[in-house]
Order: sequence, then structure tokens, then C-alpha cells
Amino acid sequence: MAQSLGILKESASQTAGPYVHIGLLPNFVDIKGVYESDLGSAMVNEQTKGERITICGKVFDGAGAPLRDALIEIWQADSQGFYNSHSELRGTADPNFTGWGRQPTHMESGEFRFETIKPGRVPYKDGRLMAPHISFWIVARGINIGLHTRMYFGDEEQANSEDPLLARIEHRVRVSTLIASREGNNYGFDIYLQGDRETVFLDI
Amino acid sequence: MSNKKPETGAFWARDHTRHPPALTPTYKTSVLRSPQKALLSLDGTLSEITGPVFNPSILGELDNDLIHNYAAPGESAIGERIIVHGRVVDERGKGVSGALLEFWQANAGGRYRHKKETYLAAIDPNFGGCGRTITDEDGYYRFRTVRPGAYPWPNGVNDWRPAHIHFSVFGHGFSQRLITQMYFDGDPMIWSCPIVKTIPDKAAIEQLIAALDMNNTIPMDARAYKFDIVLRGRRSTLFENRLEGN
Ligand SMILES: [Fe+2]
Repeated sequence: MAQSLGILKESASQTAGPYVHIGLLPNFVDIKGVYESDLGSAMVNEQTKGERITICGKVFDGAGAPLRDALIEIWQADSQGFYNSHSELRGTADPNFTGWGRQPTHMESGEFRFETIKPGRVPYKDGRLMAPHISFWIVARGINIGLHTRMYFGDEEQANSEDPLLARIEHRVRVSTLIASREGNNYGFDIYLQGDRETVFLDI
Repeated sequence: MSNKKPETGAFWARDHTRHPPALTPTYKTSVLRSPQKALLSLDGTLSEITGPVFNPSILGELDNDLIHNYAAPGESAIGERIIVHGRVVDERGKGVSGALLEFWQANAGGRYRHKKETYLAAIDPNFGGCGRTITDEDGYYRFRTVRPGAYPWPNGVNDWRPAHIHFSVFGHGFSQRLITQMYFDGDPMIWSCPIVKTIPDKAAIEQLIAALDMNNTIPMDARAYKFDIVLRGRRSTLFENRLEGN
């Protein structure tokens, strides 16, 4: 027997369940007075640099019904391509932009909505620039482990065509599941958990 | 051993044999909400290695006290008073500093304060059910609450959740993001729960069961449970070569 590597194992994931809002968006479900506001509900202020955009969409289950009890978090770079994170060593991100947002899907319509800015490009490990993108993380009742994916921008065709992650998608017809369509300042991004249009989810 | 210097190594690949698969038919809601295609596996980039930073200044004085953070002045939530404490570490055993922990739970009778909740157990007017804290420089955390009750839920005709507290955990990178649940040592309901049983590995289940910790009780006030949380480890970048060319 060799020495043990002494490695621990990651705690197992468990579903966020139907009452995830109590913990993560209490004001949204009328638990008032514990927190001033729900964390991540406002991403931009007047000083935030960059082009204002809105991202709207729904999360569909395998029967085509939108989830009305999901919670989505997004994480993105600022308009210059810097992350507001301790591990960002290339420069200093916009102090008026945390880059992180959290929203529910609406309890009737199922729609989620983020008001944010369009991120700049961030380098891949080898120095090539990735296309502008936003990381998505989706949890809900019935989802046993949070789902990671990315949203890319439909008006960035050239950048998308040279993006290293998009290039890794074997079935090219599925690339479009990660690309949001632009209409004015709004990007539409629907997520499909199953079926012909299943979104590409990431083990990253 | 805290993470004093920012780290930039990619996170170790997730060991999926310890996590629930997406499709677990005995937990019925997963059937239509589980991706069926393979995940795209890829080494983390800057977008995953980085993650949001939460300053302790966001915390209110009672955020880590569920007995009082929703209660009327001078009143407190009903139930067995407990302290939950522990440490957030990564798979290397390194304390994870500055980690935002958010938790939510049913009241002592097993009832959630939520408009979709229909269980007939009583609402406690002094219990909201949410709290949060941020780990210290060595990864330690603690909060005060009441022990939640077990509750029935519509899955099988007579399925009950064991007593549990939901935890949401941030690490230093967005790909460490985790939601899990804490169970209580000695609870016989754990092993018959369809949600617990989505985890395919017995040791991984046991890792979610908090131990009664009589050394950290507050005498004549509250008992303590110790619950450590492990997040994904990451590579050291010391000898990592930058890839050449494309
Ligand atoms: Fe629960």
C-alpha cells in the first residue's frame, strides 16, 4: 500500500427543492424584514460601465412546460472582460458591477429576467479570446445537481465562430442552444432540460 | 490553512459517482427535469475559476440567528434550540474563507413559510426559516436555529422527509457552487427518503449527516451539531505550463 493522498470528497449535491426561495430570495416570497433586499436582484447601478441589456427566457421541462419554481444565477465579466473576483489577476474589474445575479422564474409565466450589461471578451487558457458569454447555473425541485451552461450572443457571429467552448460541441446542430437572439436591447434565451432541443449543459 | 493568496488553478473534475445522477425515477419530479444527453466536459476557464465575492458587511446582526431574525421583539421561535457549526474546506482540506452560506428550513413542526406549502402543521409566527453567514479566514461558520421537523410530501403516498436544513454554498470559483442538505445523526427517516436515496454512495450520504456535538453546546441553552462541507479541490498552478499555439 502506498501513502494515502489524503484527499477529501466533495459533499454530495441535493435538490434545491420547492422552497428554495425561502433561503435565497425570501423577499420574493413575502418573507420580509429578514434581509433588506434579495441578494443578486440588482446587478447594475447608474455608474456601471457598459451596454445595458436584458436577458429573458424560460426553462422548459421534458413535457414542454415552463418551470415556475426554478432559480437561476448568472456570472459574467464586466464590459472590459474582467471578473470581479479575487482570482482575477489581469486587472481590476468595474467596482460598480459584481458580475453576479440571481432571479427566480416567475411563478405564473415561468419567465426569468436579468438586467445587466454585455460582457467583454475573456481569454481562454491558451490566450485566445473566448466569445462574450454569461455563465448560467440552474437549480429547482427535481434537479438533483445544479446545471451549468453558458449563454452566447447572437449578434457576435464572428466571435462565436472562433470560440473554443462552442468548437468542442460535437453535434453542431446543438450549438444554437447556447446562443441568445437579440431584439433591441433584449436577448431571448430559453433553456430546454430535455428533448430534441435539449440545451448543452456543462461539466466544467 | 486558509486561502490567503488568490488561487487560479482549475477545479478538479467532479466525481459524479458521489453525486445523484440527473434521472432518479423514485424521486418523480426528476423524470421530466433531467437532461438526457451527456454533459460537455471541459477544463475550467477564467469564467469558472473566478466567482463572486461577498463582503461580510452585507450581513445583518441576526442573519445567523433563525430563532430571532423573524421573531417579534422579545419573542423567539418555538422548538429545540440548536447551534449548527462547522467548516467549509475544499477537497485538499484547505479552509475556504469568505464563503457565503445560506440556509433554509421548515419550522419545528415541519412547516415551511411558503405560499406553495400545504402541510397542515402550524406556522410559527416567530419563525421565517432563512439565515446566512460568511465563513471566517479559516473556513469556520456557525448559526443558531431550531431543529426542523420531518414533513410529508407528495411523491409516493406516504413519503416523509427526514429533518433537514438546506444549504447553499459559494466557494471561490463559480464551478464550486453547491446546494446540499444537512441531516441529523440518529434520524431513522434518513434511509427511507427518496431524495436522500438519489445519492448512489453510502459514504457520500453519511457525509451529509451532522454529528451531535456535546462539546460545543451552550449549557442550559442549546445543543450543537457539527456539519462540515467539502467543495471541489483545485490544481496548484505552480508547475503548470501555458499551452503553446492554438
Ligand atoms: Fe426541505
